[in-house]
Amino acid sequence: MGSSGPVSGIISAREAGLVACQRCGQVHRREARFCKRCDGPLRSRDAESLQKVWAWLIAGMIAYVPANLYPMLLTSTLIERSESTIIGGVFELIEYGSYGVAFIVFFASVMIPIGKFIAIAYLAISVHRRSRSNQHERHHAYEVVEFIGRWSMIDVFVVAILSALVQLDTIATINPGIAAVSFALSVIFTMLAAQAFDSRLIWDTDRTQYE
Amino acid sequence: MTFALPPLDDLVACPQCDTLHHAKALPPNARAHCQRCGIVLMTSQPAAVARVLSLALTAFIMMIAAISFPFLTLDAGGLHNATSVIDAILAFKDGLAFPLAVAVAFFIVDIPLIRLVALIYALGPLVREQKPRPWARAAFGLAERLRPWSMAEIFIVGVTVALIKVAGLAAVTIGPAFWAFAGVVIITVLKDQLICRYSIWEALDQSAA
Repeated sequence: MGSSGPVSGIISAREAGLVACQRCGQVHRREARFCKRCDGPLRSRDAESLQKVWAWLIAGMIAYVPANLYPMLLTSTLIERSESTIIGGVFELIEYGSYGVAFIVFFASVMIPIGKFIAIAYLAISVHRRSRSNQHERHHAYEVVEFIGRWSMIDVFVVAILSALVQLDTIATINPGIAAVSFALSVIFTMLAAQAFDSRLIWDTDRTQYE
Repeated sequence: MTFALPPLDDLVACPQCDTLHHAKALPPNARAHCQRCGIVLMTSQPAAVARVLSLALTAFIMMIAAISFPFLTLDAGGLHNATSVIDAILAFKDGLAFPLAVAVAFFIVDIPLIRLVALIYALGPLVREQKPRPWARAAFGLAERLRPWSMAEIFIVGVTVALIKVAGLAAVTIGPAFWAFAGVVIITVLKDQLICRYSIWEALDQSAA
């Protein structure tokens, strides 16, 4: 099956007095509560969307602070014990000359989380203000945030693998630091913030509301 | 409302921006995009469901191999340490990090497996043109909802980063499970590309009626 052509110009299901299922696309009368095709719950718009977004986003930002202050990795070798934070790990990689990997880790652990905080806050504020500008760009930003957010988990997995692999009794051992936990929490919270955002709200302001 | 709407079953709404479209049959190997926000609404690939099912079965078998065989082996100064995927999860088992061990287990093993089992359960009867199983819609809905939390591909990139970090310290050998896991990742990406949610929901619905 397929689709072509919008109905009578571009109109949303809500404006037509209908409610659409977000899982399968089936359209229902406004009063319907559950989708007749996939049994999913129906909601024209998520009224608490922005509240949930802000709650998860703030939790994510708070968890990101200790993630940067405390060590990610605890390394002990015959001669020394050392602790490295997220940024410390990036500098170590640069010292080894692994610029490419240093960039991947920096991108996944610093640029993606901070970029996500800014992007989600911007999306929530613009919807709150009923902004009419840049709708395509904002929708695109939402898609990028949804797609890329999970990739921040790389650093947590790196810590898991290193800690499991480097267990050579006296010669060298690597153990996870407490920052791994708060960093993982920060990623999970911001993923939940992105999922709580109802992208249909971006497009609502440019049309006459029927309510 | 000042205009007449076609029957509701002939309409499809974009899940991301709520724009209404007419649902029509697509020619083979075509994609229909939302007129406003541009996301793919539906695709038409002949035998897509059969291909998705066979890829899911393959991924499931490889996933079992990926969990059981050694993943990486480290040799340094006469000492030897073999690591499986399970060991990587158990790295966080001590103290305050314990919940993280549970979360990592879910992200890289449990959720990918649950998604595969749910897909096989939901799509199996469709391929044989039988009635869907009683919980098929719930199972497919679960597989779709868990999609962002399935992080096997991120784990593989993490392994690569870890390899480069250790390379200076010791000799690392890549075990069979690494390749099995990499295979699971590639197959999962292919499978998720092939899935047309609209067609599958429609198939699950029509045969139920």
